[in-house]
Amino acid sequence: MSRWLRSFGAFWYDFVIGDDWRGAAVVAVALALTALLVHAASVNAWWLLPIAVIGALGWSLRRATPGQP
Amino acid sequence: MNPLALFLTVFVACAVEAVEALTIVLAAGLTRDWRSTFQGMAAALAVLGVTVAVLGPALTLVPLTGLRLVVGALLAVFGLQWLRKAILRASGYKDLHDEGAIYARQVAAAQAATSGGRRGVRDWYAFTLSFKGVLLEGLEVVFIALTFGANQQNVGLAAAGAAAAVVLVAAVGIAVRAPLSRVPENTMKFAVGVMLTSFGVFWGAEGAGVSWPGHDAALLAMVPATALVALGYTALLRRVRAAARAAVPAAERSAA
Repeated sequence: MSRWLRSFGAFWYDFVIGDDWRGAAVVAVALALTALLVHAASVNAWWLLPIAVIGALGWSLRRATPGQP
Repeated sequence: MNPLALFLTVFVACAVEAVEALTIVLAAGLTRDWRSTFQGMAAALAVLGVTVAVLGPALTLVPLTGLRLVVGALLAVFGLQWLRKAILRASGYKDLHDEGAIYARQVAAAQAATSGGRRGVRDWYAFTLSFKGVLLEGLEVVFIALTFGANQQNVGLAAAGAAAAVVLVAAVGIAVRAPLSRVPENTMKFAVGVMLTSFGVFWGAEGAGVSWPGHDAALLAMVPATALVALGYTALLRRVRAAARAAVPAAERSAA
């Protein structure tokens, strides 16, 4: 049963998160910060998530290509 | 998002997945046993049908703000995955997705596998290969159709786009009886990655409480901007790779 649960969890992790969990982490943190800025500081932070996603993509690509020809 | 854009986005995304599923089904059917392959496909489609039947109506009950936050986050993460792979492939850091090569590998594995039936299925290998292939690719189809459809409150149109893609790919596959290796899969994945990421960012931020400048029209800027960034990363990686490859012979020459 525990093996089945592990496989089930691994499948969904791979399905949603994929090869690099950092992208998912950046999106989650950026969304939380956006919500905080909007609701706590009344800042319409529409720019935050696009910048975070562009940065996350670049970071992920940089990590996937360390000095490969 | 107008209905045509919703239909086309889901159609292209689902066509890519359908092409991948077709390769697996053809490998199982042509090298093993068609009846068991169809049984596997039917079982997977039944599971996917139940998933849509349960999740589709359930998603319409979730408040739109919460739905956009969760679905937007998932789409952005999912889109980043697609874009990352597409950029690595386009820049030469990852092998291009080659349906012909994948088909050859599946055929070799299917020919080497032992035969034997189980639980009323004549060829268990063909059944499981087909079931897993259709279910895994189909889950992505379901995910994209449901998330886009629910956010636009038009699950029916999104489902129609997905169904049209599956029917078209299946019809072409039956006609040519070969993997659709001429489909520009990598380009399509690049485009879908751009759409998933753009819509994920748009809906996710809206769900977090943001009011986009220009409201829905912001998407008209966001989609091309995401495409430009992705193309820019691709060009940059190509240059880095070309420079690194050029430097290797020069270093070898100086060492000699």
